[in-house]
Order: sequence, then C-alpha cells, then structure tokens
Amino acid sequence: MSESAVLIVDRLCKSYGGVHALRELSFSVNSGEKVAVIGPNGAGKTTLFNVLNGQLAADAGAVVFDAASIGGLPPQTIARRGVGRTFQVPATFGSMTARENVQLALFGRHTQLRAAFADARAFEAKESLALLERAGIVALADRSCATLAYGDLKRVELAIALACRPRLLLMDEPTAGLAPSERATLMSLVVALAANDGVALLFTEHDMDVVFAHADRVLVLNRGRLISAGPPSVVRSDPQVRKVYLGPPTLPGNA
Amino acid sequence: MTLSAFLIQLLNGLAGASSLFLVSVGLSLTFGVTRVVNFAHGSLMMLGAYIAYSLIAGLGGGAAGYWAAVALSALAVAGVGVLIERFLLRRLYGAPELLQLTATFGVVLIVKDVVLALWGPEDLLGPRAPGFSGSVNILGSAVPQYDLLLIALGPLVLFLLTWLLRTTRWGILVRAASEDREMTAALGVNQAWLFSGVFFLGALLAGLAGALQLPREPANLNMDLAVIAEVFVVTVVGGLGSIPGAFIAALIIGVAKALCIAIGELAVFGVVLSFPKLTLVAEFIVMAIVLALRPWGLFGRPPALPRPSEQRELLRPPGRPLHVIAAAALIFMALLPLFADEYTLVLLTDISIFALFAASLHFMMGPGGMPSFGHAAYFGLSAYAAALLARTLPMESALLIAPLFAGLAALVYGWFCVRLSGVYLAMLTLAFAQITWSIAFQWDAVTGGSNGLTGVWPAQWLSSRRAYYWLTLTAAAIAILALWRIIFSPFGYALRGVRDSPLRAAAIGIDPRATQWAGFTIAGLFAGIAGALYAFSKGSISPETLSIPRSIDALVMVLLGGLQTLVGPVLGAAVLTSLQDSIVRHTEFWRATVGAVVIALVLFFPDGLAGIVQRMGVRGRHPT
Repeated sequence: MSESAVLIVDRLCKSYGGVHALRELSFSVNSGEKVAVIGPNGAGKTTLFNVLNGQLAADAGAVVFDAASIGGLPPQTIARRGVGRTFQVPATFGSMTARENVQLALFGRHTQLRAAFADARAFEAKESLALLERAGIVALADRSCATLAYGDLKRVELAIALACRPRLLLMDEPTAGLAPSERATLMSLVVALAANDGVALLFTEHDMDVVFAHADRVLVLNRGRLISAGPPSVVRSDPQVRKVYLGPPTLPGNA
Repeated sequence: MTLSAFLIQLLNGLAGASSLFLVSVGLSLTFGVTRVVNFAHGSLMMLGAYIAYSLIAGLGGGAAGYWAAVALSALAVAGVGVLIERFLLRRLYGAPELLQLTATFGVVLIVKDVVLALWGPEDLLGPRAPGFSGSVNILGSAVPQYDLLLIALGPLVLFLLTWLLRTTRWGILVRAASEDREMTAALGVNQAWLFSGVFFLGALLAGLAGALQLPREPANLNMDLAVIAEVFVVTVVGGLGSIPGAFIAALIIGVAKALCIAIGELAVFGVVLSFPKLTLVAEFIVMAIVLALRPWGLFGRPPALPRPSEQRELLRPPGRPLHVIAAAALIFMALLPLFADEYTLVLLTDISIFALFAASLHFMMGPGGMPSFGHAAYFGLSAYAAALLARTLPMESALLIAPLFAGLAALVYGWFCVRLSGVYLAMLTLAFAQITWSIAFQWDAVTGGSNGLTGVWPAQWLSSRRAYYWLTLTAAAIAILALWRIIFSPFGYALRGVRDSPLRAAAIGIDPRATQWAGFTIAGLFAGIAGALYAFSKGSISPETLSIPRSIDALVMVLLGGLQTLVGPVLGAAVLTSLQDSIVRHTEFWRATVGAVVIALVLFFPDGLAGIVQRMGVRGRHPT
C-alpha cells in the first residue's frame, strides 16, 4: 500500500442471500490515480461502488478514505468527505436547469443548504457557469435537465460531481450508452478535468479501448473476487484474465 | 382488572381483529395487482353494512334468510367494486398514484351521499345473528357466541385465500401480476379480467366484513373513513400487499386495543389515566414501533424504484409578470371590502385562509414530493390550540403561538412519515390525521368533544368582518410569499433535489431524510397559520376542522389548480371555496357533487387549471 493512498479497501465482503457479490476484496487507489474496474456482468462492480459511496452496507471489511474509515457512513456524509459519484444512468434533478443542478451541488459544498429565506439564484451563479463551461455544455445552462440528450446529461453529471470538489470520483460506466466517437471525447474530458483538479478516478467500463487508453491501473473482478491487478499491459497479458473475462478472440490490440 | 374481564376484552379484540383483517386483506389484494390504493375500500364495507341491514329486514328473521342476506350483501358490494374498477380505475392505471387516490376519494364522497339519500342519517343497528345470539361460558364469564364465530372466521379466510393464491391457476396469475404486471401482460394474460376479478374478491371481502359487523356495531355514516384509517394502519404495519402481514397486524392491533380497554383507569403517580380512551394511541404506538424498526411493515418489501416515466417539469422562479399580477390581485382583494357585503366578506376571508392552507400543502407535495392525505391535522390542531390559548392569553398572542403547536405535531408525525414515500407516506399521513381527529373528538374535557369549542372571538380592534378580512388577507399573503421564497432558497432547491433524485441528492452531500423532515415541518407550520386564522374567523371550532374531508379539500384545491405551478393552489382554493359555497346553498348532496367534480377533474384535466392556462399558450419566454 502506497503512502499516498486516498482509498484503501480491505477484505470487503457483501452477499445478497446466498450470492457473494464481493468476497474479501482488497485494493487501494493513490491520490490522482486513474483506476479502472473491469469484469463480466455480475462480477460485483456496481455493488462495490454502492458500498464505497455508502448506499449499501458491507457485511465485513473496511473502507478507509483519506486516512479515516468511511465504512457504514450514509452516502451524504461520504460525499461531504470528498467522494464524488456518477451513475450508470445519469442521475440529475429533472425539474431544474443544468445551471441549477450545478448550483445545488455548490450549495452543498458551502453548507448553505439550511438557508431557507435567501434567494438561491444569487449564489454561485458564476462558478456554476464556469463548471458547465469546463464540461463543454455552457450553451445548455438554462435548459431543463428533463429535456437534455443523454450525452449532455452525462456532462451535467460530471459538472455536478466536480462541483463538490471530490478527492476521489467514482464513475459507474462513464461512457455507457454513448456513440463510439462521443465516448472517446467524453473520457478524454473526464481525464483532463480529473488531472487538473487532482482527483483520483475509480471507474468501471465495458469499453476496453477506453480502459486501456486511460487507466493507470486495472483491477479485474470475477464473481466478487479480485483476480488480477496491475498496469494495463500486465493485465492484458494475464492468462487468467483472458480465460475468465476477455476471451482470446476479442482481446483488443491482439486481434 | 380481573382475569375474566381481561379475557372478555381479549376475545372481543380478536373478533374485531378478524373483521379488520377481512377489510384490510381486500385492500392489500387489490393494491398488489392494480397498484391502486383504493380509498373507497372503507366505503365498500359501510355499504355492505347498510345493504345487509335492508336485506335482513326484507328476507325475514329466520336463520336461512339472515345468512342469505349476509351473502347477498357481500355479492352486491362485490358488484359495486367491479363497477368502480371497470368505469373509473381502468382509465387511470397509467396515471400518477396521487391522481388515482384522489379519484377513489371522489368515490368515497359519492358513496357517502348515496347512503345518506337511501338510508338517512340515523345509525341503524341490525338484529342479532340467528344461531349465534347467545353466549358461551368461558372461565366463569359470558362470551358472546358471535365473537367466537368471528374469531374463527379470520384464520379461515386467511387459509382459503392462501389456498386460492397458492394452488389455483387464477391465484398464480394474481401472484404473477403482483410481482410484475407488464411481464404478466406480455405473456398473454387478460389483464382486464384479472383486475376485475381481484376487485370482485377485494370488494366481496369488504362487503362481507360490513355485513358481519352489523350485530356488533350499528351501520353509520362515519364507518367509511374510520375503517379506511384503521385499514391503512394495518397495511402499513403488516406491509402493503402481504396477506399474512395483514392478518398479524390486525391481530396485534386488536389485542393492543383490548388491553387498553381491559386495563381501564389506572392511577400513575397520582394522575388518573383512562386507558379505554387510549385505544387510538395504542394503535399509534404499535405503528410507531413497527415503522421505526421495519419501515416497510412486518412482512412488506421496499417498493420498486419510482416510475421513471414521471416527467419532471421545470419549476421557474416567479418572474416579473407574475409579480405584477400578484400585486394587482392583492390590491384588488384589499379594496374589495369597500364594496362587498358581509356575506361576501366571509367568503373572501375563507378564500384567503384556504389559499394559504392549499399553498402549504402544495409546498409539501409539489417541491417536497410528499403527498399528504391528512394535512388538516395541522390546520385543525392549530385552530384548537388558538381557541384554548385565547382563554388565557390575548387573542393576538394566541394567533402567533398556535401555529407552533401545528409545527410541533408535524415535527413528530413527520419523523415517521419521511421514512416512507409515495402512497405509503400518504396513507401514514391519513392515519395520523385520523388519530388526531379522534383525540379531538373524544377528549371532552379539553376539546369539548363532538361539540367543539365556542366563543373563539378576535380582539376588539379586529371584531368587524372587514378588519378581520384585512388581517387574514395580509397574513395569508405574507405567508404564501414566504413559502414561495423558501421554494427558491437553497433549502428549497435541496428539498426539490431530494424529490427529483434522492440518489443524486445524497451523492452531493444532501441528507434526504433530514431535508424532507424539515420540509414536512415547515408545511405543517404554515397550515397552522391558516388554522389559527380560521378559528378566530368562525368563532367556534369542531372536530370537523381537522377531519379527513378537510384534508381532501386542500388536496383537491392543489390538484384543481395544478401541482406543477406556484399560483395553481391559490387559484384552486378560490375556485373550490366559491364552488362549495354555492353548491352547499343549492343542494343537500354537496359531497356527491364535489366527488363528481373531483373525478371529472382527474379524468379530463389532470394538469389542473394552471395546466389548462399553460396549454392555451400563456407560457414563459424560456425555450423548452
């Protein structure tokens, strides 16, 4: 475990009835590092994310963020500690504009949420526009999130997540549902923004091009177990990974 | 308390539990398949009792005639249930839950007036059941045979239903549809017949429960809401959609009540506690414990994720045009007393009060996303507090302090309610309101019981109708503007954020439950302001001030005006209050008229008045 680890996961277990979604899972993420979690469907990726951000309670094991245990804390507390999250299907506030979505995230950071008589529009308008600018959708700032295209929603979500100034960002399939060209653009944007803000990135992804192009390290899960971990080149040639997950014929860069 | 007295009460409680189970299980069954909480389920039971009363009289006094009458009543009610399903609910299966519930409440109002028209306002006590009119000696005390019959009936029905659902083809289809309606339809099951069938069964059980209740309790016009409140408590405790859950919950509540009655009066530290009057509180405590430990009830499961189909409309802060219109309307309203007569002034005062009441409910339901069917609890509680405080304090202080009691009640009730969402939450708010109503109704010494409190007059300087109207208008306007201001404050955004996406809200550091709890309390506090103003405008208050129909009035105002707008509730309050005022003057059956209006509204104008105005093209300048 490195000195600069921002997240340490130690022997994490979670089961649903008889199904073991996570079994004795241990790994760490260094600050500023980009780590991809891959694995076949049902490997436990989404369960892992839900445990990390507090939506699910683990059965056993420890989660340490910034040298403090965050296991068992509710999602809002974990978010306030500095763990951001985006969802597989983007979750935004549908009755608000893109700008209001980002503003609300900024209120949370500055603990203005209890202000019940202040006019919200006066707060954080500039910063929220700046964040939308960085996410490349400032032109859509006054559009309702209920009417935005899927790809634009993913960008709004990114702006929301960055508004909270996380030290670690959990992204569940950041490029799922997008056209291939859009995927590459969005992922480059995510990586550039994360690098700029010094945010560590833990993401799941099905698109191997994205994984091998952007991850510093890759964790491979299968049936709740970590079966391989290391730089993309190492994982790519790990015979066990090829056997359980990638399958010989479709391995990218090997065709 | 002797053992035999306790035993009698216990058996009595178990008999009550059986009939409560019959009604509750019907609601659970129909909800499981159709996903509609049928508010009129209690009305079906009431109808069963009244029909049985007439049929028993018509078919003669013999045992055969009696039991045939009971069976026929159940069948007749089942027929009514099928009619409701075919002609009303079938059109609403795709509609939002709230509209479905409101439509079934329209049915409640219509059934009540139909019963009133056919059977009159008197309570009707039926004869004893032939063959079960005597009593059995158990441990030296006489236990009515009829109670024993009912006690046996509960488990029997539980057994029959379980058998029906486990082994018959129809039962398997019902279970499949409860699990996944779309998939069952995709497999080619005729949904229409299945839904009608389930409604038939549910209504049959409700009708049977009503007919069987007749020897124990006279048929009366309060049965519908009293029963539905208890049924909601049972389903919330047992878990909505669970049949064994309904059985166990009905038993627990029946026994808890029996215990209260058996304990009787008890002196604790020199204070005499009257436990029989605490039966409702016992129900409340059971529910509180269960909800705190298992939010979805003893046998319930968390509901599936909220429907993704729910379209969110952009809520825009009031712009300049709205400010201008609101200011003009206020000036117009303020000048009206110079021309209006006394009668109109009373109506205008009512409209101002109900506009605030509706706006407070809108705050909770619209931006807060928490539907309430018991908002009158806070309105009425504050009215009572104002009346009681005015006995010792100056009227002005009473007016200011009373809403705090409403806020306090909302704080306590809200703690439980925000643990749930959607229909579950609405059912719980209704149960709390019914409990509050019962306390006001029964606590003669303090609340004056069914007569209420009189002599609640404003201070000298406010004693003219005109002066009081101006006070009301000013207070209501300030309060409504404050509510709007809160909606567009950071807190208001957080509240709306939790409604839009609890997942996303928590992920940016908002505590969903705490935020909703605060929103719930604010809504109760503002309803309390309306309630206190109301008390002094009428001079007297009665339990009717916090009854369910008053809660529904507020709900109709909000829906009539349109849930998605700020002005809607105010508009809805003005229209409904004027409408009621004129209907009451012209027909005895104003409930049925309001019920019919509610149903028509839900069927034809689901967006409300404000929605109609918007559709006609008066839209904001923002692109959509």
